[in-house]
Amino acid sequence: MAIGTRRWHRDRVYPLWFHLPAAVLYVVLFAVPTGASFWFSLTRWTLFEAEFIGLDNFVQFFSEPMLVQGFINTFIYGFVTSGSKVVLGLLLGLVLTGRMFGRNFLRSVIFFPVLVSTIGVGITFKVLLDPFHGLVNGVLAAVGVAGPGWLTDPRMALLTVAAVDVWKGLGIATLIYMAGIVAIPQEYFEASKVDGASWWQNFRHITLPLVMPATTTVILLSLIGGLRSFDLIWAMTKGGPGFTSDVIASVIYKQYQAGFFGLSTAGNVVLFLVVSLIVVPMSVWFNRREVER
Amino acid sequence: MKRRELLTMAGAGAVTTIVAGCSVGSIGGGGSSDKLSLRMLVPVSGDGQTAYQEALAKAFTAQNPDIEIKIETQPGGTEGDNLTKTKLSTGEMPEVFNYNSGSLLQALSPDTQLVDLSDQEWVGDLTEDYKPTVSTDQGLYGAPIGTTMGGGVLYNRKVYDELGLSIPMSWDEFTENNQKIKAAGKTAIIQTFGTDWTAQLFVLADFANVMAQDPQWAEEYTANKRKYADQPALQGFLNQEETAKEGFYNEDAPAAQYDAGVKMLANGDGVHYPMHSGPLTALQQNYPDQVDDIGIFAIPAQDAADTRLTLWLPNSFYIPQSATGDKLEAAKQLIAFSQSPTGCEIQLEHATVTGPFANQACSLPTDVPAMVTDIDTYVQDGMTAPALEFLSPVKGPGLPNITVEVGRGIRSGAEGAELYDEDVKKQAQQLGLPGW
Repeated sequence: MAIGTRRWHRDRVYPLWFHLPAAVLYVVLFAVPTGASFWFSLTRWTLFEAEFIGLDNFVQFFSEPMLVQGFINTFIYGFVTSGSKVVLGLLLGLVLTGRMFGRNFLRSVIFFPVLVSTIGVGITFKVLLDPFHGLVNGVLAAVGVAGPGWLTDPRMALLTVAAVDVWKGLGIATLIYMAGIVAIPQEYFEASKVDGASWWQNFRHITLPLVMPATTTVILLSLIGGLRSFDLIWAMTKGGPGFTSDVIASVIYKQYQAGFFGLSTAGNVVLFLVVSLIVVPMSVWFNRREVER
Repeated sequence: MKRRELLTMAGAGAVTTIVAGCSVGSIGGGGSSDKLSLRMLVPVSGDGQTAYQEALAKAFTAQNPDIEIKIETQPGGTEGDNLTKTKLSTGEMPEVFNYNSGSLLQALSPDTQLVDLSDQEWVGDLTEDYKPTVSTDQGLYGAPIGTTMGGGVLYNRKVYDELGLSIPMSWDEFTENNQKIKAAGKTAIIQTFGTDWTAQLFVLADFANVMAQDPQWAEEYTANKRKYADQPALQGFLNQEETAKEGFYNEDAPAAQYDAGVKMLANGDGVHYPMHSGPLTALQQNYPDQVDDIGIFAIPAQDAADTRLTLWLPNSFYIPQSATGDKLEAAKQLIAFSQSPTGCEIQLEHATVTGPFANQACSLPTDVPAMVTDIDTYVQDGMTAPALEFLSPVKGPGLPNITVEVGRGIRSGAEGAELYDEDVKKQAQQLGLPGW
């Protein structure tokens, strides 16, 4: 064992302790707080003192009246935004890699929202979508349509925020797809041209399978982002009206705000486990498919 | 949102808006090296809300040239609550800090964190309503900043005169008035669900009526023996449900913000606004000609005999136990100075008067706004009770959202009350109260 280790060391260009600065930062700023949070999730914590209460916080968290609604909303939000980004991102990727006028300009336009602060986007859209004084309903009224209460109607609020999330995050998805599409060797298309393949056959049998790595990345990134999404929802509705657009992250944040530190830490542990349970198997499955291909 | 913003508004209401420098103590410059330096922490929700504290520091250091005072600020609301707890638990709290009285103070574990001030001379001048809000069984920890606020229904007196209405004493009379106002083409009741804490007032300002019907209610509630789902406390939720169903609210209530509500009230488009007297600050700044058009009456109980005005008691000065020696003495001196007649003068000059003082050594001037006169009348007649958050540490964080749902018709009043009873359990357990 000792010999093996030494030999392993010798084979390396740089000594192992070069890792040390990064490792210290990682341990101090990430590993220790994460470990501590598992401990604090088992306590009733006021910042002044922490009293060990076993799994009571988890019992409390799961009996939270808003929890079921919060989970449903989280999944709706995560899957709607992720699905929309895949479909729209692929379409835009195809359009923006083709030959067309003003392509670079359009690429910039699509990517621009990614660069803007999420809170800024949220506040701006909140103003635009105000049901009584907002620009959007003003324009709709001018053409004779009575606009709905985008953010104040309990049935619409969550989907409206999801739509804004898609608008804001689409640039990244498009970018990833563009890179994936450009990387497909032209030989395939030349060969299929010789065989007389149609546009649809090209897309279905060459582009779609070969951009699978890009699709995997887009789905995973946007699903993780969607499931733990918080900032945009908080800026636009604060989980409202009432509790109707609450997601898990906003439920946890409100618990933290209220000073229930142990309880909200337990909620974060639950969120961590739920996101892992969904995303890890998915990631493994996608990777296996790619390897098989 | 929550009580914290409600009370941040109180803080904002208590202090006028004058932008000034940040370190008053250092005015006058040089040779500060041998001075005793005292820090004071003030929560603010906007620019320039430290005018009163700065004036106080200036007057105090003029009398005590060997002390200098540095004012620090932090955000108010829930963010401020967490900052306050963090600073206390790490021992970094300035020697004097401003914070809420009542249930929020109790969450700071005052017995282990704060300096007992019950031996101070000014304690004898404090009103009986105020004292319990800064006390535990073991001591008294705070001195009041500014004035009491009244909570009930703000109303436009001009419109009342125009329509020949009189102040309702019972709920049925209130409903009649609302119907007449609606028939006259005006908004009977202003609601601003875009600023969610404003939705709570139907419930919170009804509390004095609850206490009139059941004087033990607050105590029993803390012991988990009274519920909002039962009468008399349920009535606040039912009132909100009923007024929503009657269509008394402004059309844009779902999205309207607090500022828009104050505007509607001032210009008479809306006639009733369930609220506390905090908007006086906004009225004096933005609608100075309309200030005396706005009065306040208690939310009418079902039975006129039970109608009372709910009082919000002022924020307070506190000293953390991390302050010791000379600094502790200087901090006590500063607080005593704030409660002296000169201190009262400074409050009157730099803070908005929203009701009577919690310190009897201070008296109201004669030329106060109509709303303050209304509140003072209730106080003089003994027709008041403190809001629940000053009598019980049990307060749930979900009330703003729940009352928005009741006001929007998403949830019935009875369901809202039940949900709120669930919501407060967490707070009671966090505080380790017996019986939960």
